[in-house]
Amino acid sequence: MKTLVLVEHDNTNMKDATLAVVTAASQLGEVHALVVGSGCASVGEQAAKVAGVATVHVADDAALANQLAENVAPLVASLMERHDAFLAPATTTGKNIAPRVAALLDVMQISDILSVESEDTFTRPIYAGNAIATVKSSDAKKVITVRGTAFDKAATEGGSGTIEGVTGAGESGLSSFVSEEIAKSERPELTSAKIIVSGGRALGSSEKFEEVITPLADKLGAGIGASRAAVDAGYVPNDYQVGQTGKIVAPEVYIAIGISGAIQHLAGMKDSKVIVAINKDEDAPIFQIADIGLVADLFNAVPELTSKV
Amino acid sequence: MKILVPVKRVIDYNVKPRVKSDGSGVDLANVKMSMNPFDEISVEEAIRLKEAGKAEEIIAVSVGPQKAQETLRTALAMGADRAILVMTDDEVEPLGVAKILAKIVEEEAPKLVICGKQAIDDDSNQTGQMLAALLGWGQGTFANTVAVDGDSIEVKREIDGGLQTVKLNLPAVVTTDLRLNEPRYASLPNIMKAKKKPMDEKTPADYGVDISPRLTTTNVTEPPVRQAGEKVEDVDALVAKLKAVGAI
Repeated sequence: MKTLVLVEHDNTNMKDATLAVVTAASQLGEVHALVVGSGCASVGEQAAKVAGVATVHVADDAALANQLAENVAPLVASLMERHDAFLAPATTTGKNIAPRVAALLDVMQISDILSVESEDTFTRPIYAGNAIATVKSSDAKKVITVRGTAFDKAATEGGSGTIEGVTGAGESGLSSFVSEEIAKSERPELTSAKIIVSGGRALGSSEKFEEVITPLADKLGAGIGASRAAVDAGYVPNDYQVGQTGKIVAPEVYIAIGISGAIQHLAGMKDSKVIVAINKDEDAPIFQIADIGLVADLFNAVPELTSKV
Repeated sequence: MKILVPVKRVIDYNVKPRVKSDGSGVDLANVKMSMNPFDEISVEEAIRLKEAGKAEEIIAVSVGPQKAQETLRTALAMGADRAILVMTDDEVEPLGVAKILAKIVEEEAPKLVICGKQAIDDDSNQTGQMLAALLGWGQGTFANTVAVDGDSIEVKREIDGGLQTVKLNLPAVVTTDLRLNEPRYASLPNIMKAKKKPMDEKTPADYGVDISPRLTTTNVTEPPVRQAGEKVEDVDALVAKLKAVGAI
């Protein structure tokens, strides 16, 4: 089977999300990567070095600079004439593009896979991860999005893929890019951070969130997350949200502070290696899944923890 | 312009789903069902566009069992003008739903379709994008803010790491994210009024599309259960424990 992997990138650097998809694709067959962008030659070179990548198709076109689904999907659909499976990361880019490709190919997409059981059978979470379904696809071509935390990352060195240029269909005329606001931060991105310090509604305000959570994260070199309750209360921006409707993370250490542990939050972090919970309510559901729990007032405990790590 | 809003009847988001012991699926017998939360946001956004004078009519559509009527009545009580129920007891996959919706779009000629970004039962996150592809329309997924301006719509999208704004020619498909709005509750008088609003009943056969499933679910299991660890007495014990497991 020949697979086509959508490379996640910003026209300069390949993103880590790609590497888990390469691992998933390699379990199906030969891995071809697709870099879609503008001025993205360096990304093609990075993708060619990833262990296991045989060929990198690079579509370098001004019309593809912002990877608008309307322009990318027809290109992918045409490349699928000579590939058997299209795999994209389950990032907002992948989730935007893959279903559009699937519909163009008249294929039912398999979203957010956790494992490859065979050529046509996969597991995926349903009901916010409260159940795991095994699904078998009868479509001749497969369109798949891959949950990044469920697969090991392929090595970024060791591959020697050949790079081939491909051309897209150009502008669809349906949509255009207006602007982008990307938060600039020195902090590790949530989906790739080794340690995450996450705050909940118990913080009480954005000032307290900053005062209590940030110093601990700084000390640990950690990413900062939040529960949906904290996001909805306006303590932090939306892209901090960990959960079913936010980001799915699986760091080495997840420190949940003042988070009760709603189902939808647990769905986003329960695969973390070590879960630490600090909460003054000893009956909070978060303690049922935490490896290490501390029942304490976070406003005393967290500053003390910050001073001692 | 007309706005089409697809809505899905799903397990209520406050209910913890239970997997059936025979592995055939999730037990939905005697479980509270509600409108998919993202679809409520879609209905709300359509109503706001109508209130702002940008839209004249809102049509709610649901593909599902007879009981999906209740979900459509909720949409009507919130402020949709009429409803179409495409009745089927079969589970219809996003691709099948998108094909039915595409046919309804041909008949109704809406300028805008607002879908929830995903349903909280199968968590597919596909229908809106598939519909846009089938219609050859632009798509504004994971909308945080929308602004209709004449023949185009600007959609501010929630993307990993921030926000992206795109401009789409109308007609277009928008899918809603959580922060687009806070849906209203239907008032009692509006619930009463909704009972008199028109609801067409159709079947997938009326639209002549093949909705036979492409995926077979062979097994459904509980996720591995994570065991609770231990509670520590104080911060010093916490630090010691973190060091012991090599976390810091």
